[in-house]
Amino acid sequence: MLGPDLILYEEEAQRLGAVLQKLCQDAKARAVFLIEKSGQLIDAAGETEGVDAMSLASLAAGNIAASGGLAQLLGERGFNVLFHEGERKHLHLSVVGQRGILVVLFDQRSTLGLVRLRVKRAAEELGRVFADIARRAEQEAARAREAFEAQFARITDEDIDNLFTS
Amino acid sequence: MSFINYAAREINCKLVYYGPGLCGKTANLQFIYSKVAPTTRGKLISLATETERTLFFDFLPLELGTIRGFKTRFHLYTVPGQVFYDASRKLILKGADGLVFVADSQIERIEANIESLENLEANLTEQGQKLEAMPFTIQYNKRDLPNIVSVEELQTTLNPRTVPWFEACAIKGIGVFETLKAVAKLVLNDLKSRT
Repeated sequence: MLGPDLILYEEEAQRLGAVLQKLCQDAKARAVFLIEKSGQLIDAAGETEGVDAMSLASLAAGNIAASGGLAQLLGERGFNVLFHEGERKHLHLSVVGQRGILVVLFDQRSTLGLVRLRVKRAAEELGRVFADIARRAEQEAARAREAFEAQFARITDEDIDNLFTS
Repeated sequence: MSFINYAAREINCKLVYYGPGLCGKTANLQFIYSKVAPTTRGKLISLATETERTLFFDFLPLELGTIRGFKTRFHLYTVPGQVFYDASRKLILKGADGLVFVADSQIERIEANIESLENLEANLTEQGQKLEAMPFTIQYNKRDLPNIVSVEELQTTLNPRTVPWFEACAIKGIGVFETLKAVAKLVLNDLKSRT
């Protein structure tokens, strides 16, 4: 196997961050989160203080996964958009670029229509970044392997033991 | 699914605790949650029924420290053990980097253990993975109870490949961190060996 399942480098991280910032502003959202389908938080933008982003990521991924299971039961390929309406806060969840989940947290400052519109545009851009990440992983497999090796191949048992003693 | 973020300098890995209903998967996470410093852990999320049986999953993010300048974070999940929650188990199993099988040592649960282990293997196969190829440890839980199967018998039945195994009493915390440490080690070594 070649390295881990997802490697995010500075360049793509910045591009993803910029898309999230823009989406947050354009959709008048409180915050936006980009999550990998297995529940790992990739990045976030907006008023993220006071939101437990890690828990949100794992629950959103579980939510999307469960909805995918329901879709399969009905012979659908998937339910790509979920909307949770609260009294004051709402969540819009959508699958982007096959492996990502985009979560938009918004309130009375915005509307579902505006969020849907802006998410659609952002999803296209995020899809392109994910495609570039995949392409780069393929094209630069050797270089990526070298970088990965330089960083992690020298992990010793002692390094790992230290994680548990601190 | 391991996720390495060079921009944020983080390594993220997913560990899944598997096993039959009431074997002590949630108890493992609860003990870990109660013992680690609040600064190193996130919230313990339990999606459970009113009778405290796991309905979907438990989730506990743990930040163990830095390794080679990278924050090392493990996301611990449990699956619902009851047989009829198989669809949920499959979802949670996706993207796992390491697995712990928590076996219930009681004599009357031996068949449930076998069934659950076979279910784990079947679900992995369905996802195109093999248990033999994954970082995997077994925990023999409830060793403090009187009606238990011997470790030798459990080893023969559940652990013919002799993967790392531990005796435990999860509610008292015995064997809990030993198991976690062993599987974390296997996961990081697996990551390392992919170079």
